[in-house]
Amino acid sequence: MAQHNIEVSPVTRIEGHAKITIHLDIDGQVKDARLHVTQLRGFEKLCEGRPFYELPFIMQRICGICPISHAIASSKACDQILSVKVPETGAKLRRLANLAQIIQSHALSVFYLSSPDLLLGMNMEPSKRNLHGVAEANPQLARDGIYLRKFGQQIIALISSTGKRVHPGWMVPGGVSTPLTGEALAQIKAMIPEAIMAIQRSLSWYKQSMEDYRDEIRTFANFPTLFMGIVGPDGELEFTDGLVRIIDSSGKIIADGIDPSSYMDYINESAESWTYMKFPAYKKKDYPDNILRVGPLARLNIIDKVNAPLASQEWAEFRELERGVIFSSFHYHYARLIEILFCVEKVQDLLNDPHILGARIRAKAEPNCSEGIGAAEAPRGTLIHHYKIDDNGLVTWANLTIATGFNNYAMNQGVLQVAKHYIKGPEIPEGALNRLEAVVRAFDPCLSCASHAIGQMPLEVRLVGPDGSILSEVRRD
Amino acid sequence: MAKSRVATVWLDGCSGCHMSIFDMDERLLDLADKIELVYSPLVDAKEYPENVDIVLVEGAVGDEEQRELAHKIRKRTKTFISLGDCAVTSNILAYRNTFRVADVINRVFVETAEGGTSQPSKDIPTLLPYAVPVHEIVGVDIYIPGCPPPADLIYYVLAELLEERQPEFKNRFG
Repeated sequence: MAQHNIEVSPVTRIEGHAKITIHLDIDGQVKDARLHVTQLRGFEKLCEGRPFYELPFIMQRICGICPISHAIASSKACDQILSVKVPETGAKLRRLANLAQIIQSHALSVFYLSSPDLLLGMNMEPSKRNLHGVAEANPQLARDGIYLRKFGQQIIALISSTGKRVHPGWMVPGGVSTPLTGEALAQIKAMIPEAIMAIQRSLSWYKQSMEDYRDEIRTFANFPTLFMGIVGPDGELEFTDGLVRIIDSSGKIIADGIDPSSYMDYINESAESWTYMKFPAYKKKDYPDNILRVGPLARLNIIDKVNAPLASQEWAEFRELERGVIFSSFHYHYARLIEILFCVEKVQDLLNDPHILGARIRAKAEPNCSEGIGAAEAPRGTLIHHYKIDDNGLVTWANLTIATGFNNYAMNQGVLQVAKHYIKGPEIPEGALNRLEAVVRAFDPCLSCASHAIGQMPLEVRLVGPDGSILSEVRRD
Repeated sequence: MAKSRVATVWLDGCSGCHMSIFDMDERLLDLADKIELVYSPLVDAKEYPENVDIVLVEGAVGDEEQRELAHKIRKRTKTFISLGDCAVTSNILAYRNTFRVADVINRVFVETAEGGTSQPSKDIPTLLPYAVPVHEIVGVDIYIPGCPPPADLIYYVLAELLEERQPEFKNRFG
């Protein structure tokens, strides 16, 4: 019997353009699997020659889902170029925007993209597996999801004076461009009680339905890796300002208190010929011990505590899933819901902070440094922007290390794990195809970010003979 | 009343225009009675279907696969909408047009990949020399500019088309 390959193209209900290929051996058993990212826009090059102060605006356009994360990492890198300290109110407003964006991005991932699998089941017919199918089966869940996303988006529109939910501008080198108004503050405050109720309802729904997913929990990229993220000064959950921590699979801290500016001492990226997404990994170990995971699951694994009463209880319960570090990537969904709750609580705290309505929001200076590095926790994990400029303030070089990229190795291994479990020989059941995509969805990859360009993933399974000829194709239309 | 067959497509964009579609919030559920979403990053159809009434296309055309898809969409769709500045003008994507594709690839996959370099080759689409607006490839019926266009405007255009009226609007760029 000849060797086959299976191809899934495009992968759908993810944020980007990608496909999956599965390589079978001579006996028809799964040998290898790859996630190919199929888009490249070239942001690391196209910003060359632009004035550096445009970067927060240019880099937002990497991703319409998490433009605020790019704006934060970008403006922090520009803060270093200016060599200024952002005034307290400006820093807090950036923080508020980042929390809002994590809420809306996680809501998109859980409710709009993944809830069809979670609520309707992996074997549901494809035409039903979407938000409208969810709205028919559980209207409250769909409405809560829409409300939570709207809540996050509205905060962004209200605090940025442009009134835009996507690409609001507003975040600039040295701080932000306009202060928060009392009116906007009151409007955000009024939405909080409903947001808390919506996320609590969703969490209890999710916890009840976890029983149905034992098989997926066992096989969805469930293996030991390193975990990385930014933590606050006391090792607490933190998204905006903090230092990087890396733990190994036993939970031992192997690097801590790392200033993101020294990322190049810890991280290197590799490229492969079959994908537009690079593979960042931990520099001080060899493959495969250098594989990292970042994002919600990583953050909840690396932290020592959660400084928010409701989310803290949820986190304690979450950590009881396993005796040590939690390995199953299926639990990314659960972690995401807990982070939404945390962010809503933190938004509430910030709105009660006496400094939030302050007028000092921006430090102004000419460039005082020819290089800058900025980092933040984006919804999907650690994000680093690194720029160099010339004497005229024009960009000469940029490198972006993107959250989804950090999960690239783990996603590839996860696809392989699922393929091995659900595919036995050349017959591909529909539920197996969807699970291949669902394991990718669990990571919530933002391929727009990862290839600094990404779109949608079709699903097409291709069987390829040892000579490279395509023997058969299964497409999902 | 038969539902209109609607598609949304994401070419070389950032998904921001799709986010603006989602920013219709609860109106998304009202639209469910009037439209059938037959192809979109949000649903699981893998092949662009025949007989689509309305398509919203986000993004510029930047690689071979997108160019082929644009032709396929045009053939199979009645009303073709260019959604957002990348589709309408190629916007920020046009910044790469001053560089050679080889230099773009080199920066991303060689200069900034110290762990191991590799030139993208098999299994991924080839970049076109320039990222171009959609109407350079196929005919477009309606242009909705903006980065991204506001949700209210997208909703208005859709609602008019569903009532079989021609939308008339002046968009503020934002």
